[in-house]
Amino acid sequence: MFRNVKLQPPPRERIKDLRGRRLINSTLREAGENNKMTYQATKTPDKVSTGPIIRIVSMHKWFGEFHVLKDINLSVDKGERIVICGPSGSGKSTLIRCINRLEEHQRGKIIVDDIELTNDIKNIEKIRVEVGMVFQHFNLFPHLTILENLTLGPIWVRKLPRSEAEDIAMYFLEKVHIAEQAAKFPGQLSGGQQQRVAIARSLCMKPKVMLFDEPTSALDPEMVKEVLDVMMQLAHEGMTMLVVSHEMGFAKSVAHRVLFMDSGQILEENTPGEFFSNPRHDRSKLFLSQILH
Amino acid sequence: MEQTSISLHTIEEVKPPVTSIGVIGWARKNLFSNILNSLLTILIAYGLFRSVPTFIKWAFVNAVWWSDGQACNQASGACWSIVTKNLRFILFGFYPYEQQWRPVFAIVLLAAFVFFSSFRRNWNKYLLVAWIVGLTLIGLIMHGGFLGLPSVETEQWSGISLTLLLSIFGLSAAYPFGVILALGRRSRLPAIKTLCVVYIELIRGVPLISMLFMASVMFPLFLPEGVTINKILRAQVAIIMFTAAYIAEVVRGGLQAIPRGQYEAAETLGLNYYLKMRLIILPQALKTVIPPTVSILISAFKDTSLVVIIGLFDLLRTTHVTLSNPEWMGFSTEAYLFTASIYFVGCFVMSNFSRRLERELKT
Repeated sequence: MFRNVKLQPPPRERIKDLRGRRLINSTLREAGENNKMTYQATKTPDKVSTGPIIRIVSMHKWFGEFHVLKDINLSVDKGERIVICGPSGSGKSTLIRCINRLEEHQRGKIIVDDIELTNDIKNIEKIRVEVGMVFQHFNLFPHLTILENLTLGPIWVRKLPRSEAEDIAMYFLEKVHIAEQAAKFPGQLSGGQQQRVAIARSLCMKPKVMLFDEPTSALDPEMVKEVLDVMMQLAHEGMTMLVVSHEMGFAKSVAHRVLFMDSGQILEENTPGEFFSNPRHDRSKLFLSQILH
Repeated sequence: MEQTSISLHTIEEVKPPVTSIGVIGWARKNLFSNILNSLLTILIAYGLFRSVPTFIKWAFVNAVWWSDGQACNQASGACWSIVTKNLRFILFGFYPYEQQWRPVFAIVLLAAFVFFSSFRRNWNKYLLVAWIVGLTLIGLIMHGGFLGLPSVETEQWSGISLTLLLSIFGLSAAYPFGVILALGRRSRLPAIKTLCVVYIELIRGVPLISMLFMASVMFPLFLPEGVTINKILRAQVAIIMFTAAYIAEVVRGGLQAIPRGQYEAAETLGLNYYLKMRLIILPQALKTVIPPTVSILISAFKDTSLVVIIGLFDLLRTTHVTLSNPEWMGFSTEAYLFTASIYFVGCFVMSNFSRRLERELKT
């Protein structure tokens, strides 16, 4: 199952610039059987999808010479909620950042909402519209008010009229219980409030998938709960979620699957119940014993 | 718990000690806080006591205001007559004497535009249109040649009109050009990046004077026979190219100060490069570099005076010409003080505006 062979990045694909066409072809050739099907799907992204919303097939990534992600295979269905955990440096953040192309993978394929991620900038932008992301450090825009932070995407990317965008923004601000702060600037809010705004900002784009990159790690302990509550509420509404987190309570109550990663590989994939009570892999056992004390 | 809160209420409010407030308090704190400070205070007070009255006596009490050159030589104070008697030449140079209401009108119009534009609530796309219309109007009035206005060639535009022309166009064209260069230097496309790096380093590597020389002497040699490009325009382009390179580096500093997360958050929303830069990155980057940008604009404004080197008659040059008149020889202090004060007003307005802008943009 897990190949520990050290692979070198293929030389041609390490060149990152403007070689979209050739890259598509080479990645498709490598990926094997499903070539024809996905290639057509890429051409008609509007077609109603029945399969998984995210498919990652034998994906590798290198930072320079360092092999950060090794042979990742993952398929996420609509409405599925996955928690990814593992020690720091295990590649879990890099994995979800590959899904909206904040990081570029060098081998294998990633197909999101029937569009394959290649160097084609138009496709990348299309996928980013459908995939929301919440960061560890919120990354709100400090020069804009909360309301402007939320309406920016809908107005400029979704091309909605301002009034409609503001209605949507206020709806989601109500949802994260922060509507009264709409006119303030991010710097005037607490960490927990900022993170809830960040979640609302992503939701305003009406994404099909939400990625969370350690959303509670930078928060003061007493603010973790308010953010997790919002995320749980989102989970109950059926959002597809990939969450990098060590919040075991959250994983137990909402996740369908828990992935455990170490040194760039997915070592264990399990239901939360099984994972926490009866982990299969030795590395998972060690990890759990360390975080649960 | 309760007891503490009760006892808190019963503590009386006491006034601060007299020695820490009021004039005495202020002086003790700021002027005589220790021996060194006290010594410096006394020393500076003595220096002011010796110099200020002398200056006032020279500049105002014994000064001559409206006399001719002869009377000036007799006076013991300043000879402001050199300014008052030659005011129109210093300000407008060789612009035809009877037509000088036109530069006056143009400058008043320009000042009104600048004043109106300095309020952020007036910033919209109509303002840009208004500026284009306004500058065209100013150009037409200055140049004339219609509706019975005698035409005045640009060679005759001199004095303050030339200084303002070079600075306003120079600064407002150099700024956007510099921003584009800064973005280009951070581009991921190697060709664009190299081009911008070479341009910036090349331009920053030569003095402005040599660029002006090249524009006025060397450049015409490369033009085909019969084609000439206006000398003022050539100097103008040199100033723009020079200033833009410096602005580019300052703006690049601002771009580097923006955390990676801002780019990522913008990209995650699906914004393309242009929107990401325009809505997220540049507003933050340009705001952080307001102080160094204004420094560059101020120094570029003053550097326009270097065009004397290639024989253009800007404000400094007309002052110089006045001084070469035998009647007014020897009164350079007064004349240059006057010119300096005009430059000072321009620089002061700019730095004041930038401070207000920083205050307003503070979030």
